[in-house]
Amino acid sequence: MRRLLGYADRISVKPGETINFKVSSEDEGTFHLDILRIRCGDDTPAGPGLKETPVEARVNGDYPARFQKTQVGSYVSIDHPRKLAPESFTLQAMVWPTLLEKEEQTIIGSWHAGSRQGYALGVINGRLTLTIGDGSRIETLVSSAGMHERHWYFVAATFDSTTGEAALIQEPLVRYAGDADSARTARSMGIRPGTGGKFIIAGHNGNDGVSGLFNGKIDTPAVTGRVLERGQMEHLLDRRIPPEIAADVVALWDFSREMNGVTAHDISPNRLHGAIVNMPTRAMKGWNHDGSEMVWTHRPEHYGAIHFHDDDLYDCAWETDATWQVPADCPSGSFAAFLTQDDQWFYIPFYVRPPTGRPGARLALLIATCSYYAYVNNHMEIGWGDMGEHSGNAFSVIDMTDIHLHMHPEHGLSMYDNHSDGSGVAYASRLRPFLRMGPRDDVWQYNADTHITDWLEERGIAFDVITDDDLDAEGVALLEPYACVMTTTHPEYTTTGMMQALLHYQQRGGRFIYMGGNGFYWRVALHPTLPGVMEMRRAEDGMRSWIASPGEYVMSFNGELGGLWRRNGMSPESICGTGFAAQGFNFSRPYTRTPASEDPRAAWIFEGIGRDERIGDFGSVFGGAAGSEIDSIDPLEGTPPHALVIAEATDFGVDFHWVNEEFLHTHSAVNGENCPHVRCDMVFYETPNGGAVFSTSSIAFAGSLAHNGYDNNVSRLLSNVVFRFLDPELIPPP
Amino acid sequence: MYRIDPGRTDLAEEFRRNPFGPHSAELQKVLNVMRWEPIEGKYVLVNTVPHKEWCLAQLPGKRGVPVTLHEDVVFTDLGEAEWYIFRLRWKKHTGVDPDQASQ
Repeated sequence: MRRLLGYADRISVKPGETINFKVSSEDEGTFHLDILRIRCGDDTPAGPGLKETPVEARVNGDYPARFQKTQVGSYVSIDHPRKLAPESFTLQAMVWPTLLEKEEQTIIGSWHAGSRQGYALGVINGRLTLTIGDGSRIETLVSSAGMHERHWYFVAATFDSTTGEAALIQEPLVRYAGDADSARTARSMGIRPGTGGKFIIAGHNGNDGVSGLFNGKIDTPAVTGRVLERGQMEHLLDRRIPPEIAADVVALWDFSREMNGVTAHDISPNRLHGAIVNMPTRAMKGWNHDGSEMVWTHRPEHYGAIHFHDDDLYDCAWETDATWQVPADCPSGSFAAFLTQDDQWFYIPFYVRPPTGRPGARLALLIATCSYYAYVNNHMEIGWGDMGEHSGNAFSVIDMTDIHLHMHPEHGLSMYDNHSDGSGVAYASRLRPFLRMGPRDDVWQYNADTHITDWLEERGIAFDVITDDDLDAEGVALLEPYACVMTTTHPEYTTTGMMQALLHYQQRGGRFIYMGGNGFYWRVALHPTLPGVMEMRRAEDGMRSWIASPGEYVMSFNGELGGLWRRNGMSPESICGTGFAAQGFNFSRPYTRTPASEDPRAAWIFEGIGRDERIGDFGSVFGGAAGSEIDSIDPLEGTPPHALVIAEATDFGVDFHWVNEEFLHTHSAVNGENCPHVRCDMVFYETPNGGAVFSTSSIAFAGSLAHNGYDNNVSRLLSNVVFRFLDPELIPPP
Repeated sequence: MYRIDPGRTDLAEEFRRNPFGPHSAELQKVLNVMRWEPIEGKYVLVNTVPHKEWCLAQLPGKRGVPVTLHEDVVFTDLGEAEWYIFRLRWKKHTGVDPDQASQ
């Protein structure tokens, strides 16, 4: 298990700027920090080996080790305890519980577990409850009826401090025959609630942070300072405060307001706004969603629910242990803060990008940080079950990192995982330790991409490093200084701003090398103001680990429809000529040249490579250059009409599976043995103003570059492309 | 639904010789059945020493509950480890250990 962990406040930093490292250790003593420049992180027996260079930096040195705690789980916190501690009260909300087996969950209240005082409307062992405590004694009223998961209920608790009379109301929105989940429960309490702690929605004050975290949706919660009639509660549900109760309404929160913000708006005159902590899922269908509108921006009042999860995480909020001011003359590249303490080690990867408008090279390597965010800290190997084995064509092999994540919910989840209640993870943050992203980890994403930096350095090709985050923020201006932009092996997740920037760059004569497979696939959004957090919705189609609920396809950050780019008017084929075709994870195939490879427009790509050579029948990613995830052309999806398929890989066999968005009916002819669409197309085409696009269309490609001491036909082919693309001479149109 | 025939030890032998595939169509049918394993109690491999050592384990089916490591069953070759899992699942479906049945 890992006992030494850390993260940085930034992923991309310019020379002269500072980056802060936040470290937590379970061991006493000191930890050591070294800045390293990373060339290759693949230390597998088949790979090029670990290649990292120490960087002389003032920040290098020993630091006192300390444990830093992480609050995991989302909730709303409101800082007005006195106003929210009325003697008599009505608590109410619409709730859609999703994990009734959990022992204790609080919907709303001031409950303070340590001092045993306050009040809470909650769910204990699947039953609605009102708990009150006066500091010594605790009394709990339990609903006489159970609830169904993923059903809406109106729930309320009233308490009359004069009589001690308490009541619970539980009314299902959908009534089934027998009416067994509806209840009104009342009894007299012998105590009066104490002040309690902070007022919290979806949790309560625990002994060490917020606990009793609720799983499910909460919509339109409200607090009134007296016992309301049932009809009066109904007005509040409609987010209206009638005059006869206006003086007594303490707070009425409307979660449909400011959908990408972190403020829970109280629409009562008291304005007791709350802080939304740890990014629960927003823009969720509310209790009143009736199907009349499936896009939250068109009718936000139908999207007044927040879906809370006890494993949501945005920002670990650790203190800074070390700060590095990147020297003004620091060359761009991949770096890491390498932490060590006794037998423990941990990498905090980051990138030094060039100063704005001052490139250090003619080639830019675009690091797919958005795709890294989607994958980091994933629980796939343990959590995917049969889907993982069917897809991976092998019995599950997990490692100690998988086990660490499995046992440590405080590191959060990935977009490939489900929350503890089974719902999909729609947000990913970088303000937490990254496991599954760094040297010596799986050869996937980050580590696979170091095959490219390794090759570029080996070939002596100067390059700058830029990230998805930079591209999203700065647009095409970031790319314009470069003769050529090269992707990494799996740029699967991109924002609208990134896609537009790449298209414009190509139109202006920029040369573009797509070094991967399954790229430009999912549309995501980076938050417009909050640092380091990304959203995606696994909508209606695609190779998905979970599926968003219909009506919840539109992202909360910016109101854009989420899901596949091909369902959002901009297919990957329009960026790189090919789109995701198939995947398989136990062997790769070589490319063979097509007749089009002899076309003078592209023949130079194969200089030094024989007409009948198998290209890449070797490599560290399943033994070939075409494999893992592979793409093919599709003119209907936007492959330019003049694009040349210059090489192709076929005969992938039964273990490669055609992507599901491509077929209309299910049938059995969907694998590489019986489906002609399971193929990999290497593509070249010219773009206006002397530019061009070259696409490998395979994740495995970069894994072949180092074969035979970098002397091989994959390396030769890529060299031909890179050197031509860096040549200022215009690439003539066809 | 396809049922694994305990008499087809030739398919088990094919897997033993080539655990990572590609596999014959008939062996693929066997593997498809075996991969529909529920997570709880599923036999898997844990890579305890990176690239060098794999240990038999069982998944708990619930996040936060420890994975059970069978530390007395350790492999230094991933192919042999996959073959061991294959034997366990074959036996679960047929009642017979294919390693013993083929001898």
